[in-house]
Amino acid sequence: MIETKISLTPTPSAQPEPDLVGRGRRDGNRLFKEWYTELDAAAESGDPSAYVFVMGSTAEVLKAFDLNLVFPEINSLQMAVRKVSLDYLNKAEDYGYSTDVCGYVKADVGMHLDGRKHPNGRIPKPSIVVATNMCNTYVKWVEIWQRMYGCKVFVLDIPGQRGIGWSSEPGSEQFENDRRYVQSQLEELIEACVAVTGKPFKIERLQENLAHVNRMAADWSAVLKLNQNIPAPFNAMADGLAYMGVLSAYRATETGARYMAELRQEMEYKVQNGIGTITEERFRLHGVGPACYAYFRRFLELFQEWGAVYVNSEYLAYAGGGLDQGIQFNVERPLESLAEQLLVTGRRSMSNMFFSQDQLADAVRDWKSDGIVYHSVKSCRTVSTGMADSREYLTKTKDVPSLFVESDLVDPRLWSEAQFKNRIDAFFEALGARKAAALNPHELGGFAVSSRGPQQVAAKR
Amino acid sequence: MLVGGVDVGSTQTKAVIMDGQRRVLGRSLIDTGGIITAAAENAFQLAVADAGVERSDVAYVVGTGYGRYKVTFGDTQVTEISCHARGGQYLFPKTRTVLDIGGQDTKAIKIGPEGQVLDFCMNDKCAAGTGRFLGAAAMALDIPLGELGPLALLAKNAVKITTTCTVFAETEIINWLARGKKVEDVLMGVHQAIATRSISLLRRVGVEDEVTFTGGVTRNNAMVKILEEMLETHLNVSEEAHYMGAIGATLFALEKAQSGAAGAVEAVTVGAKLDSTRALVSDCEVCPELPDRRFSEAQERLAKPPQLIQVTRMPEVTKR
Repeated sequence: MIETKISLTPTPSAQPEPDLVGRGRRDGNRLFKEWYTELDAAAESGDPSAYVFVMGSTAEVLKAFDLNLVFPEINSLQMAVRKVSLDYLNKAEDYGYSTDVCGYVKADVGMHLDGRKHPNGRIPKPSIVVATNMCNTYVKWVEIWQRMYGCKVFVLDIPGQRGIGWSSEPGSEQFENDRRYVQSQLEELIEACVAVTGKPFKIERLQENLAHVNRMAADWSAVLKLNQNIPAPFNAMADGLAYMGVLSAYRATETGARYMAELRQEMEYKVQNGIGTITEERFRLHGVGPACYAYFRRFLELFQEWGAVYVNSEYLAYAGGGLDQGIQFNVERPLESLAEQLLVTGRRSMSNMFFSQDQLADAVRDWKSDGIVYHSVKSCRTVSTGMADSREYLTKTKDVPSLFVESDLVDPRLWSEAQFKNRIDAFFEALGARKAAALNPHELGGFAVSSRGPQQVAAKR
Repeated sequence: MLVGGVDVGSTQTKAVIMDGQRRVLGRSLIDTGGIITAAAENAFQLAVADAGVERSDVAYVVGTGYGRYKVTFGDTQVTEISCHARGGQYLFPKTRTVLDIGGQDTKAIKIGPEGQVLDFCMNDKCAAGTGRFLGAAAMALDIPLGELGPLALLAKNAVKITTTCTVFAETEIINWLARGKKVEDVLMGVHQAIATRSISLLRRVGVEDEVTFTGGVTRNNAMVKILEEMLETHLNVSEEAHYMGAIGATLFALEKAQSGAAGAVEAVTVGAKLDSTRALVSDCEVCPELPDRRFSEAQERLAKPPQLIQVTRMPEVTKR
């Protein structure tokens, strides 16, 4: 892990750069659009494409063969924010998929049944599919494309996940055995890529890509830590999602590394000038679980209405392929280093979900969060398992206030705004009372009087 | 000084008028029906009449319940979770746990010594374990709601209702009757199923004495008895339990009216909180709904003066 020094004291910038504020979103939008345009072109030309996942994408290897990367998880998320996920979910259910199956999978299946017509453009057929065992659904999901297209499927087995305290530690003999095991699979993956693309493998390309990731990881880690400042320079749920899109799609590229460096610059500027995301940051929240993308705007508003900002989110850690920790590859031993980092980051992704309570408590302290919001995903038990236990542990042993709500990633049928709002409002009422009591122990910690005084109210009535 | 609280629930609407000494002067309870604003208005008018005061004397009104934003004459809104907690502590000062079984919600609330909410847990997207479950049983068996409890207490050999779905429970009830089980045994099974679900919620927040039981289902003596047996503790049940949300709302109203309490927390007018970053972004590719969120709808809605509903027909008031 690299050390990142961040000033916590806002100091006015000597030379204001107004265009700097919002640049990450603007550039992110442009890059995201360009990425989908490239995929659309690949669908037309038939250039080889690889289907990969946000956790363990192995972009470092695949981009050494100039493969177009398709992220089915991002495709499904995009269908939800563009309000068309239900159409695709219905197609998959009409085809025979159960309502209980992962919403991401079903939206994706529906899109493939519809001729890979995505709202952002056409999606190319898979030439090769690369999955890891980081999510148990990945392994079955890839089989669907294999049946549909007869494409080559490559599943990387990363040992020692879903456990804490019994995974091999770097430096140990077992870790070295695990590293050799993963490295041998990477060598097989390279052979498969040679076969699919007809291009030779050049180790220098892999080294370049690893160096790009090193830069990206260092800056991404710094960006996340900059949100420890008050006010937080970005909303981890809203802005964080946009940044993550670029992080995944442009991982292992010069463009991606440059984007992240510029994003860091923007965030540092915002911190120095005390620029937050809302006028008055009343509450700071830590998110566990992804948002409801089918009602993303409303999901965020329900918190923003209370002056709340997500300053951190577990999603930015586990879906970021370990970059949150600022991983650094040793480019002199590229394959060995890639295997080691896949082991470390893979475990972090999954262990982060299942055994995250103490890390969460530390993060709540470091990011100065007022509480945690657990968003359970109805159609994804993988990310939802253990949330109730984590919540109970943190509430009872660490006195961390938390809220538990449930809907879905992409399925609008599982969203119930009245119930959502009721829980959120009650959570903030309780948080407000808690804050008030902390400020003045003699107060009950009640609620503010409205801008209209009682006299006016009586006169009105 | 007089204040009011209006609890617009999914099934019934309750209103309470309180004076500055925290005495309840008047109350009302009506069915919510389809027009929520009218239900709120009617319940409030009836409570004012019951208290024998002038409407204009009521200085502050807090709306609560699912329909709290439809209490158009109210000054602010507080969730029923906070209100039940505050109401429970008002009636039973040593309360540390509140169980509220309402029409479509069951809430387990852990509270502090001043009635502040420490944690809460509710049923999610399913009416199993709520008052509606009892309503479905009453309908299936064609027995008035008020007779369910006394009849269930006659049970000798309760059946086990295993379904967690309120709709399917009806099928299961009929199935048990078809198999020759007595009505009281089936009814006891229904009560036990609800109690089990409720206790599961209570365990999640932690059961700490004293436990106060609130909501309409408190009128069901069988439910009180079963819960006490299962929890192995005494439940505080008040004659006012049905009005607990509205009472809590009046306590918040009083607090606001008297002191303008510190610790200001209210939902803000979202339009005033625009993100300067995002306002610059005209077309977000990653999450296209976000950039232009000027909340114009919300602003327009908030800018409009509240409209009072003209009430021409008063629903019959249920008074105890």
